[in-house]
Amino acid sequence: MNQTATAPRVRLLDSTLRDGSHAIGHRYTPEQVELIAGGLDQAGMHAIGVGHGDGLGASSIQYMRSLHTDDELLSAARRAIRRARLAVTFQPGIGTKRQLERAAELGADLVRIATHCTEADIATQHIGLSRDLGMDVHGDLMMPHMTSPEKIAEQARIMVDAGATGVHIMDSAGALTMDDVKARLAAMLRELGGEAEAGIHAHQNLSLAVANTVVAIQEGATLADACLAGAGAGNCQMEALVAVLEQIGVPTGIDLWKLEDLADTMVRPIMRTPPTVDRTTLTQGFAGVPGSFLHHAARAAERFGVDARDILVEVGRRKSVAGQEDLLVEVAAGLAAKQRPVAG
Amino acid sequence: MTLRVAILGSGNIGTDLLYKVARNPALTLVGMVGIDPASEGLARARAGGFAAGADGVERFLDDHPDLDLVFDATSAHAHAEHAPVLAARGLRCIDLTPAALGPAVVPDVNLDEHLEAPDVNLVTCGAQATVPIVAALSAAGRVAYAEVVSTVASRSAGPGTRSNIDEFTVATARSLETLGGSAAGKAIIILNPAEPPIVMRNTIYAELATLEEAAAAASVAEAVARVAAYVPGYRLAAEPLVADGMVTVFVEVEGAGDYLPTYAGNLDIMTSAAVRVAERYAERLATR
Repeated sequence: MNQTATAPRVRLLDSTLRDGSHAIGHRYTPEQVELIAGGLDQAGMHAIGVGHGDGLGASSIQYMRSLHTDDELLSAARRAIRRARLAVTFQPGIGTKRQLERAAELGADLVRIATHCTEADIATQHIGLSRDLGMDVHGDLMMPHMTSPEKIAEQARIMVDAGATGVHIMDSAGALTMDDVKARLAAMLRELGGEAEAGIHAHQNLSLAVANTVVAIQEGATLADACLAGAGAGNCQMEALVAVLEQIGVPTGIDLWKLEDLADTMVRPIMRTPPTVDRTTLTQGFAGVPGSFLHHAARAAERFGVDARDILVEVGRRKSVAGQEDLLVEVAAGLAAKQRPVAG
Repeated sequence: MTLRVAILGSGNIGTDLLYKVARNPALTLVGMVGIDPASEGLARARAGGFAAGADGVERFLDDHPDLDLVFDATSAHAHAEHAPVLAARGLRCIDLTPAALGPAVVPDVNLDEHLEAPDVNLVTCGAQATVPIVAALSAAGRVAYAEVVSTVASRSAGPGTRSNIDEFTVATARSLETLGGSAAGKAIIILNPAEPPIVMRNTIYAELATLEEAAAAASVAEAVARVAAYVPGYRLAAEPLVADGMVTVFVEVEGAGDYLPTYAGNLDIMTSAAVRVAERYAERLATR
């Protein structure tokens, strides 16, 4: 299929080789990266994110070790990319300055600095550093369902004042519905007033990833993240998004057939855990809890003879965040004590 | 004899330190220096009957020439300015900022190593909470890799920590190697915004090249007891896990609730370590 002639109104950023690494246990090889990045580049992708799923320097016991280093994967992508921008993700508190310097040396064009949606001020140091190293910067506000549109706008302002040229609402738990997306985008765009772009990063837990992305674009977002075959933590499916955008007359400048071929021949065969909306991932989105809770909830459920979904909904109600895994045991014990019937 | 001390900095750390120094029999608190005369920290110092200076460090030192020791709880940048001023006056300093100008001290690991140093650095709260465990495991076997994850309540991380998170991460990781004895170290810090705020938690993963399980567990238990002797809220959050050459230790630090509420154990472990070092100076002077 030919690329649309009209200038793209929205620019697509692919996360298959970054967020998608969650779906293959962070075991991408440099050869796979080179082939997939090359294919995305030829299809007309604006930016291609590469590296450990949790960002530079996240290869660890806590976040799982990568089979290959960020250095190897970034070098492979750089070899394959001609036109697209090479993007990396960075979480303050996990990565360090040295890894940003190395990314700049290896030719990264764009750094995505990600923080929890209320903690943007911990990103200012690394936003400044990335800019000083000559890289463009976007901020990512994670778990945005946990705070108000006004707070999101305020936090986006902090990132832009520090030097970010774009801010993405990153729906890590896949918990936002379309009105939630609309309200957050509108508040952010009002605050930024054209000083920086707004973007969306949707997850599929409630089966709303493409719909939420479209709503965000209609509201005024000009940046959107997605993954081939919806790889990753159940991400917005890139080829489906491009198809929908073509149908509704939003030019993307992307070759849809090339993307579909890449997704089906290169990405699907290597996914260890193909993304699916099952009772676990759906409950995650419904309860609005971090992905790291799922495994712990299953264990606590077994130990106390309660339904894992009841635990997840209760910890979500308490607005728990990653790092509070011990709370799952407490909640499970509480549920067991009440001996309430298991909800269907 | 007691040591006459002053606190530089009226933020979270300085104000918490105010209470711990004031009630320590080995130390006599003279006063606190801050930038903002209306700050809560200085108001609390005044209310406690201590000097509260807001006209600069030099002016305060001129007004109080009989000091023995200064705690610096300002910022890395400010400490770099204070260090030569203190040195010129022959004043010893315990540095609670991430400046890392003087040698690193974690009381449980190397309290007596730098007793003559004019300026010692307490690294980070993450290092104070995790290095004793890594050092204990190093004593029980050879630690090839240590990785620590410190989770602190968002409300307990002041602007200093937030704008210098890289220094925090790098300094903590380095101390796992230099003081903990691990061949390689990695540190991760997570600011958790949950309400009500959560108590400081630390997970320590250590991969050991040689490991005797019973010795490792005993070594960790002893280290926890030793640290708890100067940081009362320091304890195991769960029993250590030993599997496949890796030891995982969960430690939580509950604060004394002196300034911030008890969830802010990350403040307490720094200020308690600082007071422990100062006490040791006083003990040494007393025996000379």
